[in-house]
Amino acid sequence: MQRYSGFGLFKQSLSHHENWQRMWRNPTPKPVYDVIIIGGGGHGLATAYYLAKEHGITNVAVIEKGWLGGGNTARNTTIVRSNYLWDESSQLYEHSLKLWEGLSQDLNYNVMFSQRGCYHLCHTLQDLRDAERLVSANLLNGIPNELLDRNQVADEIPFLDCSKNTRFPILGASVQRRAGNARHDAVAWGYARAADALGVDLIQQTEVTGFRKQNGAVIGVETTRGFIGAKRVGMVVAGNTSPLAAKAGFRLPLESHPLQALVSEPIKPIIHSVIMSNAVHGYISQSDKGDLVIGAGIDGWVGYGQRGSYPVIEHTIQAIVEMFPVLSRVRMNRQWGGIVDTTPDACPIIGKTPVPNLFINCGWGTGGFKATPGSGNVFAATLARGEPHPLARPFNLERFHTGALIDEHGAAAVAH
Amino acid sequence: MLNIFCPHCGELRSEEEFSPAGQAHIARPLNPEACSDEEWGEYLFFRDSPRGLRHELWLHASGCRKYFNATRHTVSYEILETYKIGEQPAFTEAAGKKSAAQGVSA
Amino acid sequence: MSQVNRLSRGGRVDRSQPLTFTFNGQRYQGFAGDTLAAALLANGVDVVGRSFKYSRPRGIVAAGAEEPNAVIQLGSREATQVPNVRATQQALYDGLVASSTNGWPNVDTDLMGLVGKVGGQMMPPGFYYKTFMFPQSMWPTYEKYIRKAAGLGRAPTENDPDSYDLINRHCDVLVIGAGPAGLAAALAAARSGARVILADEQEEFGGSLLDTRETLNGKPAAEWIEQVLAELKTFPEVLLLPRATVNGYHDHNFLTIHERCTDHLGETAPLGAFAHKPVRQRLHRVRAKRVVLAVGAHERPLVFANNDVPGNMLAGAVSTYVRRYGVAPGKQLVLATNNDYAYRTVLDWLDAGLQVVAVADARSNPRGAWVEEARSRGVRILTGSSVVEVRGSKRVKAARIAAIDTRSHRVTSPGEWLECDLVASSGGYSPVVHLASHLGGKPTWREDILAFVPGDGLGLQARVCAGAVNGVFALGTVIADGYSAGSKAATDAGFKAVNGKLPRAEERREEATLALFHVPHDKPTARAPKQFVDLQNDVTAAGIELATREGFESVEHVKRYTALGFGTDQGKLGNINGLAIAARSLGISIPQMGTTMFRPNYTPVSFGAIAGRNCGPLFDAKRFTALHAWHVKNGALFEDVGQWKRPWYFPKPGEDLHSAVARECLAVRSSVGLLDASTLGKIDIQGPDAREFLNRVYTNAWTKLDVGKARYGLMCKEDGMVFDDGVTACLADNHFLMTTTTGGAARVLQWLELYHQTEWPELKVYFTSVTDHWATLTLSGPNSRKLLAEVTDIDLDKDRFPFMTWQEGKVAGVPARVFRISFTGELSYEVNIQADYAMGVLEKLAEAGKKYNLTPYGTETMHVLRAEKGFIIVGQETDSTVTPDDLNMGWCVGRTKPFSWIGWRGMNREDARREGRKQLVGLRTVDPNQVLPEGTQLVFDPKQPKPMQMAGHVTSSYQSASLGHSVALALVKGGLSKLGQKVYAPCRDGRLIEAEIVSSVFYDPKGDRQNI
Repeated sequence: MQRYSGFGLFKQSLSHHENWQRMWRNPTPKPVYDVIIIGGGGHGLATAYYLAKEHGITNVAVIEKGWLGGGNTARNTTIVRSNYLWDESSQLYEHSLKLWEGLSQDLNYNVMFSQRGCYHLCHTLQDLRDAERLVSANLLNGIPNELLDRNQVADEIPFLDCSKNTRFPILGASVQRRAGNARHDAVAWGYARAADALGVDLIQQTEVTGFRKQNGAVIGVETTRGFIGAKRVGMVVAGNTSPLAAKAGFRLPLESHPLQALVSEPIKPIIHSVIMSNAVHGYISQSDKGDLVIGAGIDGWVGYGQRGSYPVIEHTIQAIVEMFPVLSRVRMNRQWGGIVDTTPDACPIIGKTPVPNLFINCGWGTGGFKATPGSGNVFAATLARGEPHPLARPFNLERFHTGALIDEHGAAAVAH
Repeated sequence: MLNIFCPHCGELRSEEEFSPAGQAHIARPLNPEACSDEEWGEYLFFRDSPRGLRHELWLHASGCRKYFNATRHTVSYEILETYKIGEQPAFTEAAGKKSAAQGVSA
Repeated sequence: MSQVNRLSRGGRVDRSQPLTFTFNGQRYQGFAGDTLAAALLANGVDVVGRSFKYSRPRGIVAAGAEEPNAVIQLGSREATQVPNVRATQQALYDGLVASSTNGWPNVDTDLMGLVGKVGGQMMPPGFYYKTFMFPQSMWPTYEKYIRKAAGLGRAPTENDPDSYDLINRHCDVLVIGAGPAGLAAALAAARSGARVILADEQEEFGGSLLDTRETLNGKPAAEWIEQVLAELKTFPEVLLLPRATVNGYHDHNFLTIHERCTDHLGETAPLGAFAHKPVRQRLHRVRAKRVVLAVGAHERPLVFANNDVPGNMLAGAVSTYVRRYGVAPGKQLVLATNNDYAYRTVLDWLDAGLQVVAVADARSNPRGAWVEEARSRGVRILTGSSVVEVRGSKRVKAARIAAIDTRSHRVTSPGEWLECDLVASSGGYSPVVHLASHLGGKPTWREDILAFVPGDGLGLQARVCAGAVNGVFALGTVIADGYSAGSKAATDAGFKAVNGKLPRAEERREEATLALFHVPHDKPTARAPKQFVDLQNDVTAAGIELATREGFESVEHVKRYTALGFGTDQGKLGNINGLAIAARSLGISIPQMGTTMFRPNYTPVSFGAIAGRNCGPLFDAKRFTALHAWHVKNGALFEDVGQWKRPWYFPKPGEDLHSAVARECLAVRSSVGLLDASTLGKIDIQGPDAREFLNRVYTNAWTKLDVGKARYGLMCKEDGMVFDDGVTACLADNHFLMTTTTGGAARVLQWLELYHQTEWPELKVYFTSVTDHWATLTLSGPNSRKLLAEVTDIDLDKDRFPFMTWQEGKVAGVPARVFRISFTGELSYEVNIQADYAMGVLEKLAEAGKKYNLTPYGTETMHVLRAEKGFIIVGQETDSTVTPDDLNMGWCVGRTKPFSWIGWRGMNREDARREGRKQLVGLRTVDPNQVLPEGTQLVFDPKQPKPMQMAGHVTSSYQSASLGHSVALALVKGGLSKLGQKVYAPCRDGRLIEAEIVSSVFYDPKGDRQNI
């Protein structure tokens, strides 16, 4: 792998950038792999990378029906945080956050992870109780988190309307200072390049059309480029999980919904952290290019069209103007939608399926981006061992039968 | 924004008046006690989320407050029909579908 | 400086109305009818901005929505600043103040430009992914500097003085674009009798007719505009919307139109008659039966070396400035083209008396009518050639025209440098396929016109395309296409089309456009001077080729890696050129490459306009009880509970929350207090099967509840988790009044309806929300009976009106229902009065209550009093993971009810019956004056390392004035079997609070006081 650095950049500039290598190959599929990962998004590529790096399993293919990182990796609002309520989820997201903290160096690819802090605003007394509960749980789990009062919030977040005469006055906020944003596309590309360098085959523009089974167990996948065999198959296809699971012969507790987001035109930095509010229902950050990146709640119906309904955008903008009245004259440039797989408890499903040798990693709902490294890491371990990684174990599919749900609706209420 | 024909009101109205309520035709088991935990879990949580036609439940929340069903395409978002609770859909994935232009089908 | 580039005549501007404006601190003059861009060009302002990455000087390129460079900061006052306004779309008004968005100390001498020159070589696409990584700790510092360069304009730092509107509209035919096709379409639709909206983004209707040299019926084309508008105005069902951009084409033919009502008059809406301030902008939310897309096409520039130097313009834009605004943006013109249409610019330039240096036509032997006309007027035409490079820094000084071979992509002659100050280029026309593609429909490539046209739209858009967007360019054909599109749309919407006579346009020979996007250079692309594709994002041809070499092969990858099309113009100018370059680099065709997704908005829309009036006080409905004014008068502070404003506490002078609540609590416990409980949800349930229905939706049994009695009930969802609670009274055998939590009222009603309508339609039962119809005054405390007795005719004897029953009668002379139920543990009466009468009743009660020290109390005191009694609040003691047994409320679970009620099966699942679940208990702190923070997590072993094993959390916690110690409720793992044991709360502030697990009922455990 051609190593990236400032010096390398200078050297390449002397030859007019004519000698940069490809970031990844365009390989022809082999007849059989140790592991096939369906889905070349961030989670799938991270899974492949950690399989090769941490488990020495390099005979791996990632099969992607479109282009690498082309699903929700390309369409999210890039928030990274680990301030979840329950032990199971906060530990999983914290595992991920720790991997984020060294990711650029690990991948030799600057994913521009910027720990600029994430504020959850509290507007009611119940919000404050919930925030105390969350912060307290995080602290005892070893995850720094703080609770601020209204004056501290006003000091730390310029232009946020902290006056008492707003419709839902701000009473305080929790803040996770290690949270932040990353450059979403770069995460997919960084993992892809690093996985490719370790021997993983990244096979784009190839769609999995079915599963081949022997004695009930999966032995490979049918694709638009023919059959490809595998000892184990991992499905990491957010936004397409249910239809693909149907092809493998099982149902899931999932619904796929549109999740919309929008950006303003680029303006000089004015929002210096991530600010979210469940009560007025919107969240905002500002990219390094200057776009205000704004997220909405999910649309209530199942949809695969990568677009949702206009009123969701309207309500979100109303919330943003309510929080930051000075943004009223700023203009919205572009809106779009992704497809999120939502589960009944707003937590993912990671682990075995009813079909032997077939594993899933899905149901990240609105919060998958932040989990990319951790999700790939624990799913790689799961695929390598054939048994769930300890952090993944609570997120099994059986919980929807036993009732052992991990209800994170509170921590995940506003989509992000 | 979807345009939805309420079969109770007999009018096409904008989506803002309605709220979606999940998959249609999920019947509560007549004898819950006879269900295993697994069967009860399937009833509670497991849903079809197809790319294609889906029968779903809607509430005319800011209108007549009545529930009804719709057959909607989950990729094109076209609504092929709406029908009252207790009625069966005319369009199903198995039976194939006719296409109608969006927003003007009643 | 007077208007050096203003032509002595011509244009649609009103020379009798001079307007002054300021740009970058310098005062200039323009005319009414100018855009800011036209006025800047008229005044010879070459440099209007600096580019984003390399900080290169940039000038105006276009005349409309596709302009990438002239993106300015507008506004003379802080509060009225608008970032990123396109000067080409901003009408000039007197006193306009604008400035460039980048450049330090100013755009003409920009120090960052040096950095761009020196460092530009170090900034290929994606350079930031490859560096700024070492050492890891330096990234925040690097990023600080990266963010310094971020953004174009800036947001105001004061609140917006303007207001905005939303309006819903319905129409039969929405015509988008009022150029020749749109005007004809609107006319056809209007004549059929359809309800028509005609919307156009420009200041005036007419589109390309406003500056064309062509004629209609032998007269200037603009005259036809007047005719059409005059006729359209005779139809009452036609709405004309100029300055109104259709920005989004959403599902089911829903479209949004962004109308700028006053932006052409000033930076803030000017006061109108009676000091009325009109809205600045209005957003129309339109449901159209049919849409006619007559949105035209954008001209593409050619991509050649240094094509970003000010003085490089689109050919069509040059014509627009000359003919519409009477402005000549230069003196000596060189035109680079691959098509016939661009020759109009040459003719327009000659007509204005200016010099055409040469035309470089990439075609080998062009013979079209306009070409011949130019040739006959002595214009030097170099065929098989193009402008390959431009010289100049802040203004074009010369252009090199050389022979090129488009097939092998090579320059085949050294060419010659020609002195000039303006290079107009035209690479053909790209239909504006944006709106047509907003629902995901893929545009279709047409090789004959070298452009994408709208695809079939997957059948999702009920629309017809007309004119240039359809790939139809000749004026006569465009008008005919528009008229037939309007007729078709009207017919499809159920109207009968009317034939009409169409104006006669000139006919002429036109020849095909040659496929040329990226002009070759003598040097390889990577070594040639920069050839810009996306001017706003500084994306070059070399950058796109590099991206493909690095493995970015999908069009989306190229876009994302290079930032092509990510600007505020969303690539209107550069995207097709970029696609063509990537396709050639990859050895595939343009349609194989495909386009990226088109998304709303077509052009940017103010947040304010999208939000309309739904901000500030109208952000969300506020709900007030009938007694609100009394609470305000009595000094209440309020708490938001859902949409309700509930009295929180009633502080007396000098009191804080704690002292006020202590006083209120003691008043209730010792005498009598008054709570406004009107916000609790009230659902009137009637029908012969009402009782059976209650049996199915509540956890407990209702079969034996007699008329006149009331009962507390819990509701669960099918998963067995508590979802709401409240008291329901039996008013008659087939009539019940259900109360719900304040926040849950709507949710519960919807849920009841769901089960009734979808599962048990055979049950005869009806639900009506009566929350707002009844006000509820709760009198609570040992003196409540005495007080109530003074104002009611109801017999309050404790045996004849026992606990958990209700009576009808008069209170303060008004019919009332009085419920003897208690949420405080004291003797209590809940008096329900029709809301309209409630204020009078309250005043009488207050008067009578003086001698009992009747004390109004709010939600905080209510919380303390109920916590002392261990009563739960759904949503505080519960989240969605708590069963009735977890709450130690098994007494409220009907285990033997015949019907398997909602929640019963769910609470018998494996995990819901598991040992060690969290259970509701009381906590008594060892130090009686320490109040556990609500929400704090608990541990059994405070000395363990992190991550700690947590035991549960505090759900409610207060200092109890009645008891003299703090009380807390908590959910604790296995708590009910751990009574007497210790738990610890390691608090955020470092305190470790020790507490004993006790019963959740702290006060009057036997419940005697409510029964007296």
